[in-house]
Amino acid sequence: MKYEPVIGLEVHAELLTESKIFCGCSTKFGAPPNHNTCPVCVALPGVLPVLNRRVVDYAIRLGLATHCTVAPSSRWARKNYFYPDLPKGYQISQYELPICTEGYVDVKLDGESKRVRLTRIHMEEDTGKNIHDAHSDASLVDFNRCGVPLLEIVSEPDIRSPEEASAYLRALRAILQYLEVCDGNMEEGSFRCDANVSIRPVGATELGTKVEIKNMNSFRNVERAIAYEIERQAETLDAGGRLVQETRLWDPDREVTRSMRSKESAHDYRYFPEPDLLPLEVGPEWIAEVRAALPELPAERGERFVREHGLPAYDAEVLTARKDVADYFEEALRAHGNAKSISNWVMGEILRLIRERRLDDALVIRDWPVAPAALAALVKLIDDGTISGKIAKTVFEEMLASGAAPEAIVREKGLTQVSDDGPILAAIDQVLAANPDKVAEYRGGKDKLMGFFVGQVMKGTGGKANPGKVNELLKARLSG
Amino acid sequence: MSDLHRLTIAQAGERLARGDLSARELTDATLARIAATEPAVHSFITVTADLAREQADAADARRRRGEALGPLDGIPLAIKDVIHVRGVRSTAGSQILGDFIAPFDATVSARLRAAGAVCVGKANCDEFAMGSSTENSSFGASRNPWDLERVPGGSSGGSASAVAACQALGSLGTDTGGSIRQPAGCCGVVGLKPTYGRVSRYGVIAYASSLDQVGPLARTVDDCATLLQVLAGHDPADSTSSRHPVPDYRALLRRDVRGLRLALPREYFTEGMQPEVEQSVRTAVRQLESLGARVEEVSLPHSKYAIAAYYLIATAEASSNLARYDGVRYGARETDAANLLEMYRKTRDHGFGAEVKRRIMLGTYALSAGYYDAYYLKAQRVRTLIRHDFMEVFATHDAIVTPTAPSTAFRLGEKTADPLQMYLSDIFTISVNLAGLPGLVVPCGLDASGLPVGLQIVTRPFEEETALQLGHAYEQATDWHRRVPTGIAA
Repeated sequence: MKYEPVIGLEVHAELLTESKIFCGCSTKFGAPPNHNTCPVCVALPGVLPVLNRRVVDYAIRLGLATHCTVAPSSRWARKNYFYPDLPKGYQISQYELPICTEGYVDVKLDGESKRVRLTRIHMEEDTGKNIHDAHSDASLVDFNRCGVPLLEIVSEPDIRSPEEASAYLRALRAILQYLEVCDGNMEEGSFRCDANVSIRPVGATELGTKVEIKNMNSFRNVERAIAYEIERQAETLDAGGRLVQETRLWDPDREVTRSMRSKESAHDYRYFPEPDLLPLEVGPEWIAEVRAALPELPAERGERFVREHGLPAYDAEVLTARKDVADYFEEALRAHGNAKSISNWVMGEILRLIRERRLDDALVIRDWPVAPAALAALVKLIDDGTISGKIAKTVFEEMLASGAAPEAIVREKGLTQVSDDGPILAAIDQVLAANPDKVAEYRGGKDKLMGFFVGQVMKGTGGKANPGKVNELLKARLSG
Repeated sequence: MSDLHRLTIAQAGERLARGDLSARELTDATLARIAATEPAVHSFITVTADLAREQADAADARRRRGEALGPLDGIPLAIKDVIHVRGVRSTAGSQILGDFIAPFDATVSARLRAAGAVCVGKANCDEFAMGSSTENSSFGASRNPWDLERVPGGSSGGSASAVAACQALGSLGTDTGGSIRQPAGCCGVVGLKPTYGRVSRYGVIAYASSLDQVGPLARTVDDCATLLQVLAGHDPADSTSSRHPVPDYRALLRRDVRGLRLALPREYFTEGMQPEVEQSVRTAVRQLESLGARVEEVSLPHSKYAIAAYYLIATAEASSNLARYDGVRYGARETDAANLLEMYRKTRDHGFGAEVKRRIMLGTYALSAGYYDAYYLKAQRVRTLIRHDFMEVFATHDAIVTPTAPSTAFRLGEKTADPLQMYLSDIFTISVNLAGLPGLVVPCGLDASGLPVGLQIVTRPFEEETALQLGHAYEQATDWHRRVPTGIAA
């Protein structure tokens, strides 16, 4: 039977606040274990939470950017369960009345635009991390991450394919990055995703049995896990089996999902309103203040790239899909004003390499070995005729490998383009002298041989000859 | 033995100011009194003699330099063992906290410290403040100084017995359903539960967060006003603490009560209550009337649902608040466990007493899927109705006057086998917590066995000064507060 997948995603985005959500501890990643802790975030007896208002600012920011309704009054709730990385025995979260509801994200996929609706966005605290000591039977807990603020972003089941799922995630991550509220690093876990997947016969309106998939720490894993799960569910149904509502873990090594717990053994979290915090009131002034400070978002920036830099719409969309890439492009453009040429380099070389090296899940462009100014300098060398586009590729490889400036590489390797007639004519004469039969054929009307001659002359000059000049002089010599 | 321990805070303050008494003398006398009476009364879980002497010496040094801090500078006080005092163990009356040493001061402790007060010890209480007799303390029950065979009330029983037995000039308790007022009534001392949010809860081991409130106990209303002055006020570390301005309580104490409109709720004079309690309270009300207050009978129709609502809301919050005692980071841990779940189970099974476990189970049940609406949510609706009852009366009345408990102090062991009977001890105090109101208890008589009876005065939110004003006027016209406990040597 033909099935239609129905997919909803739950994303946890770790916020880039300086301090934790309910205490003053630092949120910095990578500190020694339990360094960023205090009585509040390790839940000593008698402590109380105090809300970090920055977290609310960030939640409103995302809410506005995703066209949500920001609730004038929302509530904190306790989610109760026992686990060593959860020191209070409950997580402070939002449940019945979240801060944002009913928004959407527009996603571009294969030139088509698709709207994914958001059910809700709510604020909550992250947990610590359990570490199982490999050298003994001890388990250790690091509470550094405990109390780091999170936004949970829940989509409606509007997604219909693994590719749509990852396109939605990329779009959402871009918004978070543009808003500067989350760095979007999937590998370090600051951008995490769980998927709810079900399938139904094409044309059906009722939803099938839903399976939740966890443990997908890259875009690629999200796509593969969902694709696997759709396949598994279809095979089960086609074989006359029944699906059970359950939580499954993605195993990236074996590329399968495995059952973690069934619905029956799911936790009863005993949610109830958090009595230690007052309901959160967000007045129109607060919302207006956040709205006024909203940065430019991907779509707006794309439109501006077309308008101000004269880029084709396709270029603008590709460049603005990641904030760091768009920033890189604009910084390079400031150093050298050839927008289309810089766009070609960013899209052709840099994005290709990011894809090839699978760097897409982490933010890397700020650590990219070729700085925007260096790329601009390279393009400038082409534009002023110092090197050819072909030589530029070689220079770029060298820049990547050594980090050296393009001018220095060109100078040291003697790659400057040769445009003077003398050396080029000398090379031409050499080629013509060595291939008298081909010269005769060309003169006999075999025009296609022009390419052969140009190639030979370029080879003879070590690729440095100005191709335009070579063409011009060759034609003159051959017709002579 | 000198009788310095008998001084009120106000009297001691005057003598300290005059210079004919040093804080060290007063503290030594108090510690001597503790040494003499503690074997019989057992008000304390920890006596902090060294800390007390150090703080007393510091107070004397300040006074010598002319830098005395105010009416509490050098005054020996007891602090309930659910309230953190930096460097001193906090047990909350439980084994599960083991030898937990508080690494920081509760905000109220810091405020007392800044006011120069001397901490003589951590007062006994029912485990995690759950109980009405201190019999649930895992460190043994405290005794009522009026009759050592009887309970001092609870959960702040040690705070009340310490003040009654003159082991401290005043104390701090906490009150979730009556835990300051009921023991104050049982021990014949003054106790005040402030408005919810008036006093910071930071550093106070939580029982039920939406109901818990710290308050003072002392031998006079004036002394309670002095203590409240230091405790009250907004605390940025407690989001539920109020920014409502704090008045000068002592300055407002001596205002005339003529013309104040008092309400007497008929639901608070129930069948089955001890006749002498009703008589004492009605006599006290007549005395207030003779001082010029007007009295009218009113109805608080939802009172009868208060205990049921309380035991759902308080236990629900407690089941969550007490989840942190899991043996992972501090306190007692059972190491003889095959896995994590067994470690949790054994730690909590051995660490908590029977009443605490009962309430955790009740609360867990009330919050469970499928039961939440019928129990927790319904109880919250009842709570709203109870608050409305009170606010309606306060539209036309300045204070509500009631008995503190249906009976005077009961015998040790009398109610331990029947939790419901024990819960009924708080029938007149619980509504006040559900409504978040301030309630003051002053001694207003003795029953046939010579045991104290307490009068409860409840006022509008953040109008503690009115309750104190009425209590003070009553105190000036009577001498119940001067009666000396008969169960121990004076």
